[in-house]
Formats: sequence, structure tokens, C-alpha cells
Amino acid sequence: MTNEKFNFTASLKKKLIITGIVGVALFVIGLAAVMMGGGHEEASHGAEAAGHAAEAASHGGGGEHGGSSWLTRIFANLWINNVYFTGVALIGVFFVAIQYVAQAGWSAPIKRIPLAFGNWLPIAGILMLVTWLVASHDLFHWTHEDLYVEGGPHYDEIIAGKKAYLNTPFYLARMVIYFSIWFLFFRWIRKEILAEDLDGSTQHWRKLIGISAGFIVFFAVSSSMSAWDWILSIDTHWFSTMIGWYVFASWFVTGLATITLIIVYLKESGYLPQVNSNHLHDLGKFVFAFSIFWTYIWVSQYLLIYYANIPEESVYFMERLNSDQYAPAFYVILIMNFFFPFLALMTRDAKRHVMFLKIVCPVVILGHWLDFYLMVTPGTMKEAGGFGFLEIGMAMIFGVAFLFVVLSSLAKVPLVAKNHPMLEESIHHHI
Amino acid sequence: MQVVSPVREPLITGKKTYHDVTNDICIRVEEKPSKYWMMAMAVSLGALLVGGYALAITLWDGIGMWGLNRTVGWAWDITNFVWWVGIGHAGTLISAILLLFRQKWRMSINRAAEAMTIFAVICAAMFPVVHMGRPWLGFYWALPLPNTFGSLWVNFNSPLLWDVFAISTYFTVSLVFWYMGLIPDFATIRDRAKGVSKVIYGVLSFGWDGAAKTWARYESVSLILAGLATPLVLSVHTIVSFDFATSVIPGWHTTIFPPYFVAGAIFSGFAMVMTLMLITRKVYKLEDYITIKHIELMNIIVMVTGSIVGVAYITELFMAWYSGVEYEQYAFLNRTSGPYWWAYATMMTCNVISPQLFWFKKIRTSIAASFILSIVVNIGMWFERFVIIVTSLHRDYLPSSWAMFHPTLYDMGVYLFTFGFFFTAFFLFAKFFPVINIAEIKSILKSDSDKKPVAEAVAENINQ
Repeated sequence: MTNEKFNFTASLKKKLIITGIVGVALFVIGLAAVMMGGGHEEASHGAEAAGHAAEAASHGGGGEHGGSSWLTRIFANLWINNVYFTGVALIGVFFVAIQYVAQAGWSAPIKRIPLAFGNWLPIAGILMLVTWLVASHDLFHWTHEDLYVEGGPHYDEIIAGKKAYLNTPFYLARMVIYFSIWFLFFRWIRKEILAEDLDGSTQHWRKLIGISAGFIVFFAVSSSMSAWDWILSIDTHWFSTMIGWYVFASWFVTGLATITLIIVYLKESGYLPQVNSNHLHDLGKFVFAFSIFWTYIWVSQYLLIYYANIPEESVYFMERLNSDQYAPAFYVILIMNFFFPFLALMTRDAKRHVMFLKIVCPVVILGHWLDFYLMVTPGTMKEAGGFGFLEIGMAMIFGVAFLFVVLSSLAKVPLVAKNHPMLEESIHHHI
Repeated sequence: MQVVSPVREPLITGKKTYHDVTNDICIRVEEKPSKYWMMAMAVSLGALLVGGYALAITLWDGIGMWGLNRTVGWAWDITNFVWWVGIGHAGTLISAILLLFRQKWRMSINRAAEAMTIFAVICAAMFPVVHMGRPWLGFYWALPLPNTFGSLWVNFNSPLLWDVFAISTYFTVSLVFWYMGLIPDFATIRDRAKGVSKVIYGVLSFGWDGAAKTWARYESVSLILAGLATPLVLSVHTIVSFDFATSVIPGWHTTIFPPYFVAGAIFSGFAMVMTLMLITRKVYKLEDYITIKHIELMNIIVMVTGSIVGVAYITELFMAWYSGVEYEQYAFLNRTSGPYWWAYATMMTCNVISPQLFWFKKIRTSIAASFILSIVVNIGMWFERFVIIVTSLHRDYLPSSWAMFHPTLYDMGVYLFTFGFFFTAFFLFAKFFPVINIAEIKSILKSDSDKKPVAEAVAENINQ
């Protein structure tokens, strides 16, 4: 087998850095616009903001310690991107693990790409921790101490009832545990995969099935719990049993689209001769099928809350649908994440041609970013949320950083497993 | 060229030739019914008869024969309905979804699983029909017929009506899919048969001629039906879950219900396939076709879906507490520690804890353990539905309306009737229809059963 390695060329690095600089520039412009235009915006939104503050107070909240809204907006964006890219990195490891436990044959030459995503996990963990330590009071209503003072002016009975789960020490401990165990599993899987290159024993493959099963068990619990922590607890009063699987579905399809896009890019740059249109077809099917899966979860959650029409639950969608600020995104997400991939990837030919994948995958990736935007922003920014250069710029910075980490780690090891027992099967894969 | 990795275990053992496959499977249709079959059939018909009495009395005297009361207006009837519909998921899952994931091991079990699906769905459909009280008027009530037919227009807002559409569509597609697959095999039997059975199997095979063109049409229709069946299999249990989740009853209204019901359905469906296949395998000596590997893989699916269901149970419990809604909190407190705590404990033990035993290779490759656990799982899944339905209803909003549910002999009898029907139908299928897809099994015989010496395989590679 080939010893081919991905060459993270200077020109590619330059392109990424330029994109990163553009991202920084957009971020700065966006920030300046928000800071300077803030007066206008606040004036125009003044009435609504006041209305909302009153509402918050009537809920017994009153935790809005008037931090400047541009700062909250930066924090909210940090949180969106952190949760989003953590998910993509995690899905990379999850995808590899699934391939092992399912004893999949077709994917043997492409597994190093999702595997490389895992290198983002330690960075994501540190960023998440730092963002939380700095910004928790701005992002998470429940972190305000006065909510728990019985008889106090801001006492909130419902939030106080959640204290056993939503308290800073336990929350931070959970965050540290998720990231450490994810990372340890990732390193363990990676170690075995690379060891297989050297001695060629099928023992590594067998061992990896066991390790992957262990990771999946932990992932099954931690993906739901982290969604409760990082997404659900933002809208502290609201609850939905589906949210854990909803976040997972969004993460998963984003991860699949990212994997596909990077493989298409590598293929077009002349790498991965083992990968042909049959493998692309499979990847396309994954993106297609899990776009539908996400929609299924979305509809189930929305329809049940809509149908029962219980105020405690429907408030989540009311905040989004009855707002000029967020309603457009609500519909755009459905078009980008369901209708477009569903129609564009419907036929067999579409899934087998890079042209289609190169159009659909970015749309899905952006669409799910917007999905996370809509999960986080209304709860943190209320009606003052915005979408502009600031959001685009910060997402670009994160995206570039993520790609930089992934591609540099990809360049360190052979691009294709040398002694994978399924390699021969995969090369002759035909569907 | 198809290459199979050396780490894969063969799917069909015993060095079978194509002729062996035809023989092994057709012989069961051609031979005289065995003693075991006769005994099994007698037991099933007995259940059908005893249950039939309970059903007849229920239809004659009305559903007051059941133990339902004003508070618990839904109990065994809908529990049995959901249980049977859930079991009816495995067939299409195996045929359609495992087909999409190219799991070739499904070929040994898909025929019987699809047959099981069809019988289970018929059993399920009986409960809402009987619950109508006057089932002969059921068409007017359940189908969207204009008012001139003497009934009111159906309520399109009701998930119960969506059930009618979802289940009837699913049933139709499953039936066509199953029958389509049978046609080439009927032709094989026809070609070997003499006399009356040649005529009967000739008619059943629709004059199949085995021409390349015929196979091409067969394959494209199979693919279309598999594509249709995949969303259908998900839709059925999703809508069954809507029956509960669209309401505002604490314990029923929860957003995780749709995917969690689907996972539970696959879980119980696979367990039932396991129960049936272990018996069939033994009686028909199909050990080379349904190998320990097949059993192991099915057990792994049971373990995975059981764990998904477990995550959902824990999510529900957590969210009931987290929500701070006292009605939800009470509903779950009552489930776990109220008068029906034993039902909840049974459900947890059978559905979440017992499948974890399959982590041990010894247990998941043991035939006895698989058989016992497959039944344990289905007991657990029956209790799951009972817990959801009865414990949420029996503590009404007003304590003066609180009640318990006590099943009558007629509740049990009608349930027994469905068992009688299910097994009678399955045993008839197993006797007169080929229980394994002969044509499909032959397609995996060559590549998977031959373990060629390495040198020979390499030489072949070079030649190609």
C-alpha cells in the first residue's frame, strides 16, 4: 500500500491565514459597527428591551446585570462556535468508532480524516472552560446567586429547584469530565490505529472494536448531558426531553458534511486514489439520510410542543417565531438543512458527483451553524441579538483554526491506513 | 469483483452448494408435516379457540367485558396494540434498513421476519377495531368518508386517525414487499413440484420465468419498495407515540417519545425475531444458515436498542425532575414508587438491565441465553407500554377519581387470541412457504462461504 501523506502546503496555509485575517477584519468591523451603532440600535429596540426586562422580572429573574450588549454578543458567539466546533470534532471520533463497531468495510481508506477532527477537542475544552469562567453570568441566567435566595427579590422557585444539577461546581466538573474522557478515548483510538500501520496485526482492529464500543457508550450519555448543560440550561425555565438527541442530530450531520467536504477536497488535490465515486456515494447517502434524521427530530420536537400548546414549553418557539430578529433564521434553517439537501442529493448521480457534494455540504454546514445560532442567541441576547459581520467574522476565525488543527495533524501521519484488514474490500467497493 | 476481508466470518457454513440451498429449504415445504409441527399447530389453534371465545363474548356483549373504568379508559387493549405494532417493526427494519446498510447477514432471517411483521400488524390492528365496540361500522368511523355515508367526517387533528393511515400504508407496502421476494422462490418450488402443488405454486409464482429481464424488473421494484418502506417503518411508531405525546397528560407529553418509541419497537421486534428463529432453526435444522454469528449480531442490535431505550428512560426521569412541573414530577414519582412500582421495576429490569448481559460474548453466543432473554425483553416491552398508559391514567387530576386497573378474563382472552392467531399464521407460513430467501442466500454463497487458500486468492486477483 502507499505511504502517501497529506502535504499541508505553504500555499494552502497562506489561503487559510488570509481567510482568517479576513475573518478578523470582519469581526472588527462588525464589532465597531455594533459598538458605534449600539446607541441607535438600543434606542430602536429600547421599548422591546424594556418590555422584556419587565417580563424577566415578573418571572422572578432579574439577573440581567446590564453588561454592555456588544460584550454579551461576543460571548454568545464564542459559545455558539465553541459548542458547534466541539460537536464537529466529537463527531469525527464518533464516526470512526461507529465504523469499527459496525465492522464497516467501505470506509477503510477515509477514516484518518474524521480521526484528525479529534485534535480539536483539547483546544475546544480549554476555550469552553475559559469562555464559561469569563462569560457565564452573561450567558447563563441560572448562574446568578440571587435567584436562589429564598424570600429575596429575585428568588426563582423553578430555577432554585434545579440547583442540584445547575450549580457551578457540578457544572464545571461535568465539563471537565466530558472533555477529558472524550480526549482520552480519542488518543487511545488514535494510538491503536497508528500502531496497526507499523506491525500489521489484525489484533489492533479487534481491539479497536472494543475501545470504540466503550467510547460510544460514554458518548451516548455525555452527548445528551452536554446538550442539557450547554444548550438547554441557557433557556433555564424551558425543558424538552428531545434536546439531547436534537443537538446530537445537528452535530452529526454537520460532522458528516465536513468529513465529506474534506475528502472531496483531498480527492481533487490528487490524494486518496483509493476513494472513488462509490465511496462518495456512501458519504452522500450519509449526509442525505442524516439531514432527514435531523428534520425528523426537529419536527417531532416542534410538532409535539405546538400541538400540546403548554405555555412553559411553547415559549421557546414563541421567542423565536414571534420575533422579527429570529423568525427569518427559523425558516432559513429548514430550507438549508432539509429541503435543499433532500432535493439536491435525492438522486444516485448527485451523490456520486463531487460537484453536487461541493454545493450541498457547505450549505448543510452553514445551515447547522445557524441552527446553533438560533439555539443560543435568543436565550442569551433576548431581542438585542443580531446577525452581522461580527458573527460571520468569528465563525470564520473558528473555522480556520479548526481546519488548521485538523489539517496539520492529518499531515503528520499517512493519509490511508496501511494494514487495515478491510482495505482490500474497500478498494473494490462497488455499489 | 467482490472482495471479502479475511477477518469476516462466513455467513453460511457447511460448504453448501447451490443445490444444497434449494434442497435444504424446499424440503420443508415438500415433506409431510412433522410431529413437532403438528403439536405446535395444535397448541396455537387451542389458543386461538379459547381466545376466540373471549373475543366473541366481547363482541357480543360489548367492551364492558374488559376491565376498563372511567379513570383508566385505555389499558390492555392499547398496551397490546402498541406491543404488537412494535414487534411488527423488525421485518421491515431488516429488509429495508439493513439493506441500505448492506448488512448481508439479514438474508437468512428477512423472510421470516417480514412474515412475522405482517402477522404482528394484523394482531395489532385488531385491538382498535375491537375497541370500537361495533367493528362492522369501523370503516365509517376510521376512514375519511363523506357525511352521506351516515357517519361524521373524521377528525384529521387526531393522531389516532394518522395511525389508520400510517399502519394501513405500512401494512400494504410490507405485504407487497414480502410477497415480491417470495415469487422467485415459489417458482423454484413449482419447478420441483408435481400435481396439485405444481398448480398452486405456479399460480403463487405469477408465472415467474427467471429471465434476465424479469430479474431486472424484480430488482428495481425491490429497491423502490425498500426506499418506500424505510420512512414508513419510522412513521408508524412515531405516530403511535403521537397518540400519547400530543396530549397534555403528564408522563405522556414528552418530546423524546417519537425516536424513543421507534428504538423500542426495533428492540422488541428483534427479540421476537430471535424467539421465532431459534425455534425454526432448531426444528428445521437450519444451523448452517442461521449461524451463531447471526444470533450474536441480532443480540447486539437488541443490546444497542435496549440501551437507547434506557437513555430515553433516564432522560424522561431527569427531565421530569428538571422541568420543575409538579404534575410531571408526580407522574414519575408515582411510576417509580406508586402502586404500580412493580410494573416499572419489571420494565427497567427487562429492558435496560437484562440486555446489558449481551456485553459478554459467552451470553450473546449462547442459544439458551438468547432464547430466554428474547422472551424477557418482550415481557419488558409489554410492561413499558402498560407503565406508560396505566400509571399515567390511574392517578387522575382529582384524587376522588383515582383508580386501579384490574384486567378481566376477557382482557386476557383477547390477548390470548392474538397469540393464537400469530402463531397459527407463523406456523402455516413456516410449513407452506420457504422460510429463508433461497434466491438471496445464493447470491452470498460464493463470496462468503468459500475460504480459499491465500495463494489461490492472490492468483485470482492477478488474473482479474
